[in-house]
Parts: sequence; structure tokens; C-alpha cells
Amino acid sequence: MKESFKNERGKIIVENMVKIIQDNKNHLSEIDAQLGDGDHGINMNKGFSICYDRIKDKQLGFSESLEVLGNVLLNEIGGSMGPLYGVFFLEMAEVIKSKEVIDKFDFSKMLHKALEGIKELTDAKIGDKTLLDTLIPSIEAFDRTINNNGSFVEALNDLIESAEKGKDSTRDLISKYGRGNRLGEASKNILDAGAVSCYLILKSMSGSIKNLLESSSYL
Amino acid sequence: MKKIINNPDNVVNDQVEGFIKCHQEIIEKTTNPRVLKYNKSPVSGKVGIVTGGGSGHLPAFIGYIGENMVDAVAIGEIFSSPTPQAFLDAIIASESGKGVACLFGNYAGDKMNVKLAIKMARAKGIEVRTVVANDDVSSAPKEKKERRRGGGGEILMWKIAGAKSSEGGILDEVIDVAQKTVDNMRSIGVGLFPCTIPAFGKPNFEIEEGKMEIGIGHHGEKGLEIMDLKPSKVIANIMLDKILPDLPFIEGNEVVVMLSGLGATPVEELYILYSNIYNELKDKKIVVYKSYVGNFYTSLDMGGAFLTLLKLDEELKRLVDVNAYSVGLKQF
Repeated sequence: MKESFKNERGKIIVENMVKIIQDNKNHLSEIDAQLGDGDHGINMNKGFSICYDRIKDKQLGFSESLEVLGNVLLNEIGGSMGPLYGVFFLEMAEVIKSKEVIDKFDFSKMLHKALEGIKELTDAKIGDKTLLDTLIPSIEAFDRTINNNGSFVEALNDLIESAEKGKDSTRDLISKYGRGNRLGEASKNILDAGAVSCYLILKSMSGSIKNLLESSSYL
Repeated sequence: MKKIINNPDNVVNDQVEGFIKCHQEIIEKTTNPRVLKYNKSPVSGKVGIVTGGGSGHLPAFIGYIGENMVDAVAIGEIFSSPTPQAFLDAIIASESGKGVACLFGNYAGDKMNVKLAIKMARAKGIEVRTVVANDDVSSAPKEKKERRRGGGGEILMWKIAGAKSSEGGILDEVIDVAQKTVDNMRSIGVGLFPCTIPAFGKPNFEIEEGKMEIGIGHHGEKGLEIMDLKPSKVIANIMLDKILPDLPFIEGNEVVVMLSGLGATPVEELYILYSNIYNELKDKKIVVYKSYVGNFYTSLDMGGAFLTLLKLDEELKRLVDVNAYSVGLKQF
């Protein structure tokens, strides 16, 4: 198993993310409608699909594809998720802009920069029933594994597992941020749509990177 | 879903096109299709008044562009905040060198997009200050007032800040009076039917036949209390019971009343409700100084009403009396 992949081969990571968002468009909106206004899936699908149209016929690497995605979300989508995921992907792209090869330490940096970008925008914390409930434990799990000399793939597996747990943890939380917070106790027993989309994104991204690490064509 | 539309994904662009065609006497396009401006803006020597938010609330927000009102508006998708670029372009369209007051509702998306826009505006040397309306008492308890959303009271904030700006107030003064307006107003909504986002195709939630929801959100968010639909007089009492103690509004106060429909409730019914609200306030010796009844801040085809009360002092009274000319609110 390899411990790094080439930036130039990473467009597929973004393409796969687009697909998972498109496939979950209705699911995300249905979750969102229980707490908010039901547009999460619609807006995410719109942004990711615009990105797909812009990258599909181009020779782009991982960082360049992430940059297109981030810019589309930030500049063309609006809402809450436009700036949050826009900044998320742009910060990630920035870290690897001049990197030819991406290893587990680079990916950790990408996750941290993405988190920092989000924290500049919002004062939401872990436990507030937001995407941070998925993101923060995922980063912690990834870091824990690489600090214990785990492989890139092992760290990604741990990241996916923590992302799922983090996403599921929002079911029991009372919404403290965004539109759900008005519901108080009534916001319990419902997943947070942002936490779900963050899980889908991290799961897809990690799965695609694992495929690249496992693929034999890269020497 | 039965709607007069072409493509559900294009409803925002299509409605903005129609709006421009209909209101050319005051509205002007900008280079950004998601920003409209008053055709005389930027007005030399005047603090720019900017707002923005999701679509689906007509006449909010673009309907408040006009004379002594809002200079430029950033337009978002249905119920979804405009982008940082749209807010920035609205700021630029209204800026005459005296700075810009960006006055919007307390929604997470709007706050983040405005934050990024201000960063970009600052890089261009434009001074922007903000006030967020948080008048909707049902959106968070009083001890967490900073979390409350903006509601129909946003219109009164624009009206008063616009008046202050037009009489030559500097940015600090415009911001202060907008904040004072926010601090002195409270709102509550009652929902009878849910709304349908065209691209989603079905209502987000159900309100059963014979029921109403108190504390409904402006985006079809569920209410806090579901109860049997009551006569208008009782609805008036329930709404006032939620907002009067919150500020509080007390005997001898002079107030502005704004009663807005949510889109599908006939204005006739709003006047029935207004009459009951007026009587109830009179009984409590709260003086109605001025009232606005109509569709000011809607939620697509949602049924129900949204009530805002603003407590006046001498300055607010003077400013609320200033003439205004916009699509959503005209006052001569």
C-alpha cells in the first residue's frame, strides 16, 4: 500500500464527491426540512453539479479541482453551506497548491486548515448540532492514528468511522445554531443536515483517496 | 404543487426580471444579476443602506429599495443567503464615500456571507457597519436574545435607518438608530398553512386542518406550539401575550404596529386580526401611533400572519414619519 498519491491524479476525488452529493440530494433536503427549511440538498446539489460541469472536460489535479469546487460554493451558492464548504475546500486546496505528491501529513494539514477557515466564519462549537460535530472528531481520529505511526489508509479508515459516529451524535443533540436552534428540545432525534453532508463528503473523499493509494498504476 | 412558473430552478431569476420590468421608475440593475439598486444610488453625501437575504419573501427584500429606504439589495436563492460577492456588490452600489450600513436579519448564512463581504469591502477601503435584527421572540428565549431571528421588524429598521441616512446622519448615527429600532421591537408569527419551495416541490412540514402554529419561522420552520385554530380575537391575544411582556410594552407606550401576511392569507383577514390587536392594545392603554397592514414580509405561499410592535421615542417617531417610496412600503 502506498503512503501518498499524486496531486495530478486527484480530480476523481472531487468527481466522486459530486456524485455522492447528487445521489443524496433528496435525503439531505428531507433531513433539513425536519429542522430547517429543506434546501440543503438542493443547494449542495446545485453547487457540486456546477463544479462538475466546470471540471469534467479539463485536465485538473486535486488542488485545482478543490479550488473550482470551493469557488463555486463560495461565489455562487450562498446560504450557510456556500461560505462554510466554500472556505472548507478553498483552504484545503491552498495547502496542496504547490505539492506534487500528497501524504498523510499533508492531508492532516488540509483538514486543519479547512477547520480553521470554518471557525473564522462561525462561533459554533462541538455539541451545537452542526457539521463541526462530524468534522472535529474526524480530524482528531485521523491525527491520532498518524501520530501512532498508523498508515494513511488506517488513518482514513479511522476518520470515516469517527465521521459516522460524529454525524450520528447529532441525533441526540439540541440544536444551538442555525435555524434548528429555535426548536429547542424538539430538535432532538433528528440528524443535523450539515453533519450528514459533512460525513458524506469526508467518507467519499477518504474512500477515493484509499482507492488512489491502493491503485497499482501509480509508481 | 400548482405554481405559475417556468422552471422551478429559475424562479429567482425569473421573478427578479419581472420586478425590474415593473418598477423601472425606482429600480435599476447592477452588473451583478443578484444585486438591484435604487436608480439614484449612490446618493452623494449619504450613508448607503444595504440589505439582503434569501428570496421568497416579497416584497422583502428588493421591494424596500427606494427613496429614503434601502439603496441596494443582495438577492439569494429561495430562503437562502446571498453570496459574499452579492453583498459586496450591493455595498459598492450604495457607497458614496460616507460608509455603508448593512442591516439584515440574524440568520447564520447571512451573517457568514456578510462577514466575508465586509472583509472584501475593507480591502477596497469601504467602511461597512452592521446591525442584525432579532425581533422574532419565538426563535429563542429572552436570555438568548442574541440568537433570535429577524422578522417583519427588519422593514421598520430599514425605514428608520433610511430616514436617518436621508436627513444626513453619519454612519455611526445611522447604525445607532437602527440598533435602537431593533432593541425596541418584538415580533411573533402564527402559521396556518406551510409553504412549498418550488425546487423542493412539496411542503416542508404539515399543519393539520383545524390547527395553527404559534411562533412559526419565516422559512416554513415549524412553530413552537401547535393548537386548535382559534377565532381572530383569541389569536390576537395569544400573539400579544407573547410579545408585550418580552420588551415589555407597558401602559402609556406609543407603538408602531406592523402586521404582515405570510403570502397566502388574504389581506381581509389581516384587517380582522388588526382590529382585534388594536382593541387589545387600547384596553392595555398602549397607544397605536402608526400601523401598517399588508404583505410586507411573506414566506412564499405560507398562510398566517406576522406581528411586529415597535416602541417609540421622540427620535423614532420623527423618523418613522419621514416619507418613503418603495414597492413594499410607500408613505407620503
